[in-house]
Amino acid sequence: MSDQAIDEHLRKAYEHGWVTDIESDTFPPGLNEEVIAALSARKGEPRWLLEWRLKAYRHWLTMTEPSWQKPHHEPIDYQSISYFSAPKSKDDAPKSLDEVDPKLLETYEKLGIPLAERAALAGVAVDAVFDSVSVATTFREELGRAGVIFMSFSEAVKHHPELVKRYLGSVVPIYDNYYAALNSAVFSDGSFVFVPKGVRCPMELSTYFRINEMNTGQFERTLIVVEDGAYVSYLEGCTAPQRDRNQLHAAVVELVAEGNGEIKYSTVQNWFPGDEEGRGGIYNFVTKRGICKGRGSRISWTQVETGSAITWKYPSVILKGDDTVGEFYSVAVTANRQQADTGTKMLHVGKNTRSVIVSKGISAGRADQSYRGLVRVNKGADNARNFTQCDSLLLGDRCGAHTFPYIEVKNPTATVEHEATTSKVSDEQVFYLRQRGLSEEDAVNLVVNGFCKDVFKQLPMEFAVEAQKLLAVSLEGSVG
Amino acid sequence: MLEIHDLRVRVGDVEVLKGLDLVVRRGEVHAIMGPNGAGKSTLAKVLAGADGYEVTGGTATWDGEDLLGLEPEERAAKGVFLGFQYPVEIPGVSNAYFLRTALNAIRKARGEEELGAPAFLKLLKEAMAFLEMDDSFRNRFVNVGFSGGEKKRNEILQLLVLRPALALLDETDSGLDVDALRVVSRGVNSLRGGEHAVVLVTHYQRLLDHIVPDRVHVLAGGRIVRSGDKDLALQVEAHGYADVGASA
Repeated sequence: MSDQAIDEHLRKAYEHGWVTDIESDTFPPGLNEEVIAALSARKGEPRWLLEWRLKAYRHWLTMTEPSWQKPHHEPIDYQSISYFSAPKSKDDAPKSLDEVDPKLLETYEKLGIPLAERAALAGVAVDAVFDSVSVATTFREELGRAGVIFMSFSEAVKHHPELVKRYLGSVVPIYDNYYAALNSAVFSDGSFVFVPKGVRCPMELSTYFRINEMNTGQFERTLIVVEDGAYVSYLEGCTAPQRDRNQLHAAVVELVAEGNGEIKYSTVQNWFPGDEEGRGGIYNFVTKRGICKGRGSRISWTQVETGSAITWKYPSVILKGDDTVGEFYSVAVTANRQQADTGTKMLHVGKNTRSVIVSKGISAGRADQSYRGLVRVNKGADNARNFTQCDSLLLGDRCGAHTFPYIEVKNPTATVEHEATTSKVSDEQVFYLRQRGLSEEDAVNLVVNGFCKDVFKQLPMEFAVEAQKLLAVSLEGSVG
Repeated sequence: MLEIHDLRVRVGDVEVLKGLDLVVRRGEVHAIMGPNGAGKSTLAKVLAGADGYEVTGGTATWDGEDLLGLEPEERAAKGVFLGFQYPVEIPGVSNAYFLRTALNAIRKARGEEELGAPAFLKLLKEAMAFLEMDDSFRNRFVNVGFSGGEKKRNEILQLLVLRPALALLDETDSGLDVDALRVVSRGVNSLRGGEHAVVLVTHYQRLLDHIVPDRVHVLAGGRIVRSGDKDLALQVEAHGYADVGASA
């Protein structure tokens, strides 16, 4: 593959690059205790939550930005960020899709994920997050009948304060890390899911995140709790419009699984990656963590990461209960000047705990990518087992792939396996497929999709199709 | 009809084909034999459009249309098929998915309607039964973990599904046991007599016991040095290439 051809693709404009013009109500840039108080008041939050935010903020002030990661970025000016932005329709929220701002629906159309069609045909309940405030919620009733609570975080604070209070910060405490502390102080909105004892959530839950206000940092907060024997599959997907300033996205996602509960969390991420020099892309610094609290519970993270200028995240599982299972399946694609430092942490605490890590990294152009994973087996975690498979695929010869596996084992009965490979899409493979009639791009896509198969098969069907499409778009022209 | 005139090809600094002429009509099977390094595989690969071969002179046309200026996939759409000497592995991609993608890419390029899954599956199953292939080959990844013989049989499966106008089979017989040779030959013979032209590149006469060629050519020193009917192959087998005017 020639570097010239790679460059050519990489010059292509971001497909989802546009800005929807919805009048918004946005705080001026800046961060201090008054801003947090105003934010909290604006959302009508209880006193305890404001205090929780302020505690996080005061702690955040004592912290310094981490610098151990591989990706580099310009310093972030936290005073230049606006910490609240809401679409105007917020006060009279729509009761059905007919009432939703047509421009918003148009935005979904452009993304190829028409809300109405998906909701109606695919039976997916969508809690659409459009700049910080939810503006469309569907299938609430059906979920209500099953006893499942699925709503925006702000609504959950109003309607189920006791649940929010019990679980908020229980997996990712406010002092956990720099960005988690910041998120705790200023989080805008997000999703809340609660599945009571023994209930199997009757549908896939889905949220599409969009960042759509100029210079508005997004600080999403998601909390998912399944009680004993309950099950939920949650799908998160996002794209963002093109812009000329770097945007910080520092979300926190907390998952709690009680005894024999199961959570599947799937992400397809396609945020603006920046132009060919890496300017203007999203910084995606996210803290995602789940805890398998009760015996026999299970948490599975599946992610397909194609966007962002910098992706920096480690969806993790604390295997606290005995016989618990943690899984991490990841496809990360980096092109142009994109940087990704991603992986997972599996912390084995309980006995007979198992974890599986399958990470597939694809690099093209001048992109740089690292897998960083921690497998820790605590002293009391008898018979813990881990299997890790880390594969890297390179397109062209100017990109990089690195693997940093950390393994800490304090119990002699543990079994920990790590396998890693690095390969290229070979000229022989591409010629073979072209000889059979495939275009060069289709040939590379086929090889790449084969490479990702172990991860894609973990995704719900329609999401897997979307992921394949996204991969094809992301790598368009990466070959020559 | 395949028409090659005065074809000259370089690989690096070495001129491998030095003015090769060949005509193969639809409905005919031609065998190309010759000593190692004569340029047999080069001929097959150049016609299919592989990288690394520089055409310095001459022409190659199919039904009067130039082949050498086309991309490999455009040649495939015109009906050119190369049976690889060393078929390539594609991990994670099932044989069935690959073949359907290939078939539909070719149909689309020709402006034909794509074949739906049920119709394709029927076609694939028939071809597999004809080649005595186990059903498991449908879902196995393309050539991954296949034995040498299985890979060759898989090439013939592709040949039967795609039914190309011009099949170039590069040492398809090497590495085959007697049973596999019989099955592979049955596959190739099923293309005989109609609209298809077949060029067999081979070292050995034994393939030609199963697929009896209409013409046999001896390629040596970058040219066709001798052509004849099937008896020429027997002559080569008995006396070697030197005796038919080719020095290695």
